[in-house]
Amino acid sequence: MDLYEFQAKELFARHGVPTTSGIVVRTPQHAKEAAEELGCAVVVKAQVKTGGRGKAGGVKLAADPQEALERATDILGLDIKGHTVHQVLITPASDIDEEYYVSILLDRSNRTFLAMASKEGGVEIEQLAVERPEALARVAVDPLVGVDRAKAEEIVDAAAFDASVRDQVIEVLERLWDVFINEDATLVEVNPLVKTPEGQVLALDGKVSLDENASFRHPEFDSLVDSVETDPLEVAAKERDLNYVKLSGSVGIIGNGAGLVMSTLDVVAYAGEEFGGQRPANFLDIGGGASAQVMADGLEIILSDAEVKSVFVNVFGGITACDAVANGILQALELLAGKGEAVAKPLVVRLDGNNADLGRQILRDAANQLVEIVDTMDEAARRVAELAAQGA
Amino acid sequence: MAIFINENSKILVQGITGSEGGKHARRMLASGTNIVAGVTPGKGGQTVDADGKIIPVFNSVGDAVAGTGADVSVVFVPPKFTKGAVYEAVDAAVPLVIVITEGVPVHDTADFFAYAQQSRTTRLVGPNCPGIISPGKSNAGIIPGNISQAGRIGLVSKSGTLTYQMMYELRDLGFSTCVGIGGDPIIGTTHIDCLEAFEADPETDAIVMIGEIGGDAEERAAAFIRENVTKPVVGYVAGFTAPEGKTMGHAGAIVSGSSGTAAAKQEALEAVGVRVGKTPSETARLMREIISGR
Repeated sequence: MDLYEFQAKELFARHGVPTTSGIVVRTPQHAKEAAEELGCAVVVKAQVKTGGRGKAGGVKLAADPQEALERATDILGLDIKGHTVHQVLITPASDIDEEYYVSILLDRSNRTFLAMASKEGGVEIEQLAVERPEALARVAVDPLVGVDRAKAEEIVDAAAFDASVRDQVIEVLERLWDVFINEDATLVEVNPLVKTPEGQVLALDGKVSLDENASFRHPEFDSLVDSVETDPLEVAAKERDLNYVKLSGSVGIIGNGAGLVMSTLDVVAYAGEEFGGQRPANFLDIGGGASAQVMADGLEIILSDAEVKSVFVNVFGGITACDAVANGILQALELLAGKGEAVAKPLVVRLDGNNADLGRQILRDAANQLVEIVDTMDEAARRVAELAAQGA
Repeated sequence: MAIFINENSKILVQGITGSEGGKHARRMLASGTNIVAGVTPGKGGQTVDADGKIIPVFNSVGDAVAGTGADVSVVFVPPKFTKGAVYEAVDAAVPLVIVITEGVPVHDTADFFAYAQQSRTTRLVGPNCPGIISPGKSNAGIIPGNISQAGRIGLVSKSGTLTYQMMYELRDLGFSTCVGIGGDPIIGTTHIDCLEAFEADPETDAIVMIGEIGGDAEERAAAFIRENVTKPVVGYVAGFTAPEGKTMGHAGAIVSGSSGTAAAKQEALEAVGVRVGKTPSETARLMREIISGR
């Protein structure tokens, strides 16, 4: 789960990382009031979960409250890489002498943690890493030890920070480690970390990603979930504990197991090329259990997607038996009919594995006009794409 | 032979008195696995009756190993307790620990993986994986025992259901061992570890490798294959149509930026002579061509 800058900075402040305070607002008028309250020149910063805000015109200086109102008017509603700006952070403008970069993150490739630091922050760090890798220090962090004083010194010296800020950056790294470990973050990044003319080191920006698997020990994670930027169908799916991702396409997908569902998306997209570019409309993994209720919840979400013209149910019965899945589909259709939600979109079902013959027979016996059984995944993908094209 | 587990493996189940642990212990037994012990803290001295076979329950992994000589542990305990369970197994020097549990915080995995590495005694598989099966010999995890027979193909996969799908497609040829390594960002055993073991296994003739978007494990595996693997490998990668920046169920299956895409993985594998199927069934067909051409 990615956080907004203002949320990241709240975590920084809580763990003693020096940062600027600010006020989050959703209207230009509130931006003006926030600037009045801060009583100084401010920066108006778009709050979106993507990089490149500055380049997109999402970060502007405002000398006085009236200007803050004008800049907020410009920025609110702006589209930055597909993210609409719904809120801006009003924060005191800082004079900057130097800009640095620091981060601590999960290093998947090496199956450990990694700290990165550079004296040359404020730029696109990916670009720096490619063009001048020597300017970006990378130091592995042992999960069993963490970033203690010695490790922080090692990082700071590897990046060759100036003696005038060395102690402060060491302190920042230790406090960032506190954020990383105590908040179950997979990324904490400060770009830029700045030195002010007074010689103070401050986090002017912050990026934090949290591990949702750790939410059992972080009840506060719930309050960080973002309903503004999330698709309404995804919100509805989440309420029902469904593992659903909205995509843009005409073929609804239900399957069991993340890998098989991802594979189903691919196979449908390939087959769809033949039928005017039909694409998968979603990712939905109903997991191992696949009860009638889960199937009904899943079907309901998918059928309420206006873009969907046909649905592909692709199940491999491993632990789940296919007869249970077949019954689940039929019960789901009944449940939906009972709720007055007439199902009018065709379903293509492919069942394999445990009790597949029995499951197919159950569906054949039910003789529901909308349900078609196809034996293989590839043929089923072709058929469902064809049906989507007909329904379009 | 097979890899990692065989007919001589003595399996213990951590969390055997829980619903998942109990259910799957029965399934493992039914597919011929030698389960020698269960562990649940506070329930030592009890027994579990798994369809007629009486399995002793111990308070700790240490006790279970001392009492039964167990050399493989399969972990079913909930995410909250997984780290503690793995530490216990590592402390008891269990050579192979397979963590089935889904939803383990990655900080915990990073920690217990480092701990296992440091011990130099324990290989970790998972977490969030279906486990390992050497058909007809032993089944440690949740892979259905009846999908495929024993044979001479080795399979390594990030995905559980794609493992089942591929085993099903090639069930007439059969498998030496199938390893579900899991799709989490940090996993104990990688594609490379399995490729290395299959290369050394005289009972394996060819290898199927299933990957998915995210990370660079497949690219690394490709580099390893070029240098170290002489047996034929066919590959499959899921997630060509997955959009950037969205998590697709597996915490690891997330594409950020240009690396980690399915296309990049396919390219890396094909560059070292691995034939990559466009769909699971095409992948199975490629394997058939290789086997019949031998």
